[in-house]
Amino acid sequence: MSQHDHSTPPSDTALRVKALESLLVEKGLVDPAALDVLIDTYENKVGPRNGAAVVARAWSDPAYKVRLMDDATAAIAEFGYTGRQGEHMVAVENTAQVHNMVVCTLCSCYPWTVLGLPPVWYKASPYRARVVKEPRAVLADFGVTLPEDVEMRVWDSTAEIRYLVLPRRPEGSEDLGEAELAALVTRDSMIGTGLALTPGAARAETEAAE
Amino acid sequence: MNGAHDMGGMDGFGPVEIEKNEPLFHAEWERRAFAMTVAMGAHGHWNIDVSRFMRENRDPLGYLEDSYYERWLYGLEVLLERNDLVTRDEIAARMRALAEDGS
Repeated sequence: MSQHDHSTPPSDTALRVKALESLLVEKGLVDPAALDVLIDTYENKVGPRNGAAVVARAWSDPAYKVRLMDDATAAIAEFGYTGRQGEHMVAVENTAQVHNMVVCTLCSCYPWTVLGLPPVWYKASPYRARVVKEPRAVLADFGVTLPEDVEMRVWDSTAEIRYLVLPRRPEGSEDLGEAELAALVTRDSMIGTGLALTPGAARAETEAAE
Repeated sequence: MNGAHDMGGMDGFGPVEIEKNEPLFHAEWERRAFAMTVAMGAHGHWNIDVSRFMRENRDPLGYLEDSYYERWLYGLEVLLERNDLVTRDEIAARMRALAEDGS
């Protein structure tokens, strides 16, 4: 879970959290059932599939893409994806000339409405420290290498503004519909630490998972 | 305010460690700490900027040693105490009581 040793054993943290919850419940400040709903929402309902649907539509529908690039918050709200940690969205488009990556150097700001909660590496020191200084080296950690002439743009999120990368539409996806396109859109491709899958790579991943 | 959290451009942290098929939470207490923080935020006693500040306004070593949700827990405890909602002493007492119940 953490790359560091702790002065307190994990069981102590677990006990501390349990103690805190029992106090908050006793004081009427939280309802355990409401906590269960919050956890279920982010474990099972809100996640990168939301963002993938947005990207697939932007690839399929030129008018939607214009709306997304113009006012991402409103365009994403067309899907009903609104609320906490997605109040002020900005979409940035990857092209043959420009590759965008998103970070929160200070913390863990992330577009919850379209990507859910961030992975540990996004919140951990190496990514936050390095991506603004050596984005290509960080991309290599993810197994991605781009041509030298591609301009790298790194966007540092804030408590207010959250970014969604619109990845490049992969070759061989020209005839696909929105649902099939969405299956090509990975979480990392919407952070900029990956690329969208080609249809062949997506098939291979599905077969490997079966 | 500068501090250990202001790490953009800092060298020495090593490679990005990527976990394949990473679960959203790595322990049950992380689920509860996450949900309590979000639920308490909705009461309006503080806003996102205040809660961020409380997580970051601390000794740098403690910040760096804590895991992500331990930082959330630390920040939540400070906020609860400052707003006269729950004190650290109450938490310590409840921990002792729960530990005795469980033994």
